[in-house]
Amino acid sequence: MLAKRIIPCLDVREGKTVKGINFVNLRTVGDPVEMGKAYSDQGADELVYLDISASREGRKTFLDLVGRISEEINIPFTVGGGISSYDDAARLLDAGADKISINSAAVADPSLIGRIAASYGSQFVVVAIDARNVEGTWRLSTHGGSRMTDIELFSWAKEVQERGAGEILFTSMDHDGMKKGYPLEVYRRFNEELSIPVIASGGAGNSTHIAEVLADGYADAALAASIFHFGEITIPELKRELLSKGICVRI
Amino acid sequence: MVKNKVGIVDYDAGNLRSVINAVRKAGGDPVVSALPEVLSSCDRVILPGVGEASTAMGKLRERGLDSFIPTLRVPVLGICIGLQLMSLRSDEGDATCMGIFPSEVKRITDLSGEESTEKVKIPHMGWNSISPANGSWGTPLLEGISEGSYVYYVHSFAATLSSSTAAVTSYGGHAFSAVLCNDNFLGCQFHPEKSGPTGEAILRNFLSL
Repeated sequence: MLAKRIIPCLDVREGKTVKGINFVNLRTVGDPVEMGKAYSDQGADELVYLDISASREGRKTFLDLVGRISEEINIPFTVGGGISSYDDAARLLDAGADKISINSAAVADPSLIGRIAASYGSQFVVVAIDARNVEGTWRLSTHGGSRMTDIELFSWAKEVQERGAGEILFTSMDHDGMKKGYPLEVYRRFNEELSIPVIASGGAGNSTHIAEVLADGYADAALAASIFHFGEITIPELKRELLSKGICVRI
Repeated sequence: MVKNKVGIVDYDAGNLRSVINAVRKAGGDPVVSALPEVLSSCDRVILPGVGEASTAMGKLRERGLDSFIPTLRVPVLGICIGLQLMSLRSDEGDATCMGIFPSEVKRITDLSGEESTEKVKIPHMGWNSISPANGSWGTPLLEGISEGSYVYYVHSFAATLSSSTAAVTSYGGHAFSAVLCNDNFLGCQFHPEKSGPTGEAILRNFLSL
């Protein structure tokens, strides 16, 4: 049986991880490779590295970093943040990324999804989708939630699947950071309407929330940042709890 | 001294970076080439690959590798599409393959299966477990690996069970060959280079065959 995946997300700015992790000793805080290894040793199933650098220099550093991650880490990793063109994706593939995640750029030019997938395969393309519930209709937001669009969530999700996305990473901007759980009805509807895997993101405050979205929301994976970084939940504890609830995870 | 020059077949079918890194980490000396004379001088050979089967098979043919690879006497490991190209044929693009393993490659949902409550999403992406096809692994490639160990998969097509099947994985009730083994030829449908400590152990086993 395919295991549900637990995916920590690391924010990287100018080549350094922004937040520390409580369980790693102080020396390694700040080094994205060491932090990734620590998560991998704890049982993370994949890693996501998000580049939040503002400068051109920072982006160049990130590319070098992707090469180092590929040398040092032997579980799959996705890179995202600031990918706006086919060439950006190609450079990250060459550097050794297993997958890339695109968000605003896919909304601005949906053909980007198909062009990257045609060259490198659907498994390489994760489309990240952010949305808010606006008077009963889920609509996309872009640029980290700062801009709203009129695009309806479920029709967009189907479109990205048809265009060749291999996975969808969905974040409800209404739930992100609130630590009150996920909008399960959205994930259930994805499970009914889509045939590609869905990663749940944004909203977990405890392991019960994660269990809910995997079991009752039928999500294939759960991604989280702060709850892991601050040691509120450790991956081994989380996985044991999921297993005790009958959810298949890799231990 | 262990001979560990590992030829990695370069036939323009996907990024080789992680395979190269993993071979190096497992103690091998990777040599990337599409030339039979270079690959012939290696102590073992890895056929990696991602992509579409008929296209990948065409690329092997263009380089004369489809007839060369089956003549190799050293240990050969096909990974993912590499395993599929070593089978009889593939439904993906109706490709005739090298015929080293007596398995056929079908879309996962077209494989015979049992009733299952697990919803099949394609690609089959993530960690799934392997179990022996015949009571025990029967191949040194899997020596020391626990039954039920998880390995990392990304694929939509898979090889049917056959007399070469050493390990089986099941997804949504559809069972397929996780590891194939015929004499000096081996294949993993999963990606050992992305399968954490289990994958590393399998690669180390391959390097000591």
